[in-house]
Amino acid sequence: MATTTLSPRARAVRSSVAMKALMAVTGLIMIGFLLMHMYGNLKVFLGAEAFDHYAHWLKGDILYPLIPSGWFIWIFRAFMLAAIVLHAASAVHLWRKANAARGSSYVTTNRLQQSYAARTMRWGGVILVGFLVFHLLQFTAQVIKTGWNSGAGPYEMFVVSFQQWWLVLAYALWMVAVCMHIRHGFWSAAATLGANTSLASRRVWNGLAYCVAVLLYVGFMIAPLAVLFGVVK
Amino acid sequence: MNITLRVWRQAHGAPKGGMQTYQMQDVSPDMSFLEMLDLLNEKLTVEGIEPVAFDHDCREGICGMCGVVIDGSAHGRGASPVPTTTCQLHMRSFADGATIDVEPWRAGGFPVIKDLVVDRTAFDRIIQAGGFISVNTGSAPDANAAPVSKVDSDRAFDAATCIGCGACVAACPNGSAMLFTSAKITHLAMLPQGQPERWSRVKGMVAQHDAEGFGNCTNIGECAAVCPKEIPLDMISELNRELMHALFKKDAK
Ligand code: HEM
Ligand code: SF4
Ligand code: FES
Repeated sequence: MATTTLSPRARAVRSSVAMKALMAVTGLIMIGFLLMHMYGNLKVFLGAEAFDHYAHWLKGDILYPLIPSGWFIWIFRAFMLAAIVLHAASAVHLWRKANAARGSSYVTTNRLQQSYAARTMRWGGVILVGFLVFHLLQFTAQVIKTGWNSGAGPYEMFVVSFQQWWLVLAYALWMVAVCMHIRHGFWSAAATLGANTSLASRRVWNGLAYCVAVLLYVGFMIAPLAVLFGVVK
Repeated sequence: MNITLRVWRQAHGAPKGGMQTYQMQDVSPDMSFLEMLDLLNEKLTVEGIEPVAFDHDCREGICGMCGVVIDGSAHGRGASPVPTTTCQLHMRSFADGATIDVEPWRAGGFPVIKDLVVDRTAFDRIIQAGGFISVNTGSAPDANAAPVSKVDSDRAFDAATCIGCGACVAACPNGSAMLFTSAKITHLAMLPQGQPERWSRVKGMVAQHDAEGFGNCTNIGECAAVCPKEIPLDMISELNRELMHALFKKDAK
């Protein structure tokens, strides 16, 4: 038994429950971002001009003249980075504690409930971030060039990249990892924030989590597939 | 029935143990699992082998003392639709000739004392951190002196059926005791008698839960699936709600 001089309130603020609430909020922020990002990507179907104009606007005049032109994207990036760092740092902290709490492993285990998605939240999260780094180096920093030359516009980058089947495949696999994390994460966030109130609501939240995960998968993959099969050129 | 038992043996104070195999003949299908273990111990005693230590008391599913992991599921419910304690599990649930694995609860917060017996005093300390109401006791109050709505009293009663067996911790991949803690929190949060200490209680009990080295809940649901009293997973969500609310209250500063 550990002893501490902190008051119960101070310990409750630092408790796993409070930390999980932080993970839930940051996780939901990231899901919100993904939904917006997915919607934005679908603009490739409107053609080069619409897509490039949208991409340009993101980095330009949002909230201008309230804030100087071009600032919004950096404020937004800092916000998203904070969300991801807080989420991942809490995940790692709780992961280590849970490993110690688990103790020695059973000779025989019989899993009655847990889904594959629930069981792979931690390693899945790590894989997810690994590919995220690649994704940002590719399309944001433009350090990894997948078939285009310097100075290519957003639409050109998108189309040239996804004309290569292996890149579409890599993204398809990455999105499986992302959507599996969201499949359990969305429900888990609801439960963590106190929204699971009955057996029926448990089913509803799990159903919604499936919907969000499938929506994101289809919404994100449809544009690269359209490029691969020559619907979008 | 003939049964092959593989039982976890761990000497008192030893850091590790291992599985030992025992052959059991003439097991009656009407025996409870604990009676079958009694039979094993009689046999071992006759053979001059140290009997297997296991916890038990009421043997009618109400005290929470018994509990071992049987074929990988806490209390041995397995795929059965009926929740059970180990003492209420009967040998007819197993096939003749079966091999059955018996292990202790395993969790950082529940160190093994000997064989199948684990130290669950961490639960007592979580209760001591707030799982009670401070009142002057005297003669029993009039029934209905403090009205409670049907919905709340049902919910409180459902929560109060938790017998503190620890199966939830044993089954949880994170070694979390949130289902147990949430049952105690929900029980008292629903009732008028629980209100004065409501916010300090949840802070104290969650703080103690973590201090005991139990893990965080990832809403997997393994706990509720093995709980002999069917404490539902939503009680953990209730605890989360109580705690977040409590963090904005001045109690237990
Ligand atoms: C940095 C990489 C990431 C890691 C290591 C990680 C890890 C985790 C872990 C361990 C959990 C707790 C498991 C559970 O509650 O069942 C979790 C929950 C969650 N994750 Fe992630 N994750 C990462 C990135 C993301 C991303 C990019 C999103 C959004 C798309 C996300 C959304 C969520 C949500 C909504 C939850 C539920 C929160 C809760 O129940 O408290 N995560 N994550
Ligand atoms: S919640 Fe269920 S499994 Fe956990 S201690 Fe109480 S009765 Fe046992
Ligand atoms: S011995 Fe009392 S619940 Fe099993």
